[in-house]
Amino acid sequence: MEINIQKKVLEVNETMADRNRNFFKDKGVVVLNMMSSPGSGKTELLCKTLARIMPDTRTGVIVGDICTTNDADRLESTGVSVIQINTDQFGGDCHLAAHLIEKSAKEMDLEALDLLIVENIGNLVCPAEFDIGEDARVVVLSVTEGEDKPLKYPLMFRLADAAILNKTDLLPYLDFNAGEAVENMKQVHPDMPVFELSAKTEQGFDPWIEWLVATVTSKSTNNK
Amino acid sequence: MHEMGIAQQMLEIAVASIPDDIDNPRVEKICVRIGKLAAVVEDSLRFCLEIISENTPLAGAVLVVEEVPVGLLCRECGHEWTVDTPVFRCPACTSGNVKVLSGRELEISTLELAE
Repeated sequence: MEINIQKKVLEVNETMADRNRNFFKDKGVVVLNMMSSPGSGKTELLCKTLARIMPDTRTGVIVGDICTTNDADRLESTGVSVIQINTDQFGGDCHLAAHLIEKSAKEMDLEALDLLIVENIGNLVCPAEFDIGEDARVVVLSVTEGEDKPLKYPLMFRLADAAILNKTDLLPYLDFNAGEAVENMKQVHPDMPVFELSAKTEQGFDPWIEWLVATVTSKSTNNK
Repeated sequence: MHEMGIAQQMLEIAVASIPDDIDNPRVEKICVRIGKLAAVVEDSLRFCLEIISENTPLAGAVLVVEEVPVGLLCRECGHEWTVDTPVFRCPACTSGNVKVLSGRELEISTLELAE
């Protein structure tokens, strides 16, 4: 006997993500999902970004890791309101799913925020598959990784609204070909803006900040 | 490694779709559609499903995967094509304004129950 099902496997997550999106829209907060492999410099990038955009853009952060509160501790030093999610209590999940974001977001005073940045768990595979109800996605690649990562993890780069190539201050010491890395990103997502910068020295930072602020402005107008 | 979570969702959906009036149902085959762009490793999914389906109606069921190619549509010139490599630029007009028509599927299509 054959049973016809025709159902999306991640339907539960997608339903919850849509609920999150409506909830964020009601609260008037724009949500940015920031993803990368481990060690690409997301937390440093965020610390420097927050220093530039706050307090004009009132920002909160949800940060995900399997364990430790190290990232939250670093981010808290910037004065931002931050919630750490540790997934070891949820089986050590390698990504943040919509239900975890819902729970944490309800603990935050979203009315007092313009922007909520979710620093996802370091991983170029799984987080790409899980919508959390975000308005925009940013993927970070660093020059200590391979130029071909966008081709190896196409879904992540295909679904991103912008990409950052971080740690460019290290380029003189590496064989990394930045042009090739950017070209590979453009193969997967031709119209995606790519920002080549160093979170450490803040070289190349301005275009990224301009993009971020413009995105928050345009999304929050659309959400109204 | 999110295949365990995906396998759990699959098991839940499959078990819930078996009619209540069947005594001791046993699933022989579970057919799924997975797009080539979905971030799922088939071998891991197979392994996870085998482990978590123990002592359920899906124990021992064969997982049949239909791979769905990445189908694209150019929003500029209307060209439609499929790709094997992750290059999302229109071969007809070189535009990057491309819509993904297929390739992200992660769906259960059918179950086959033992008589």
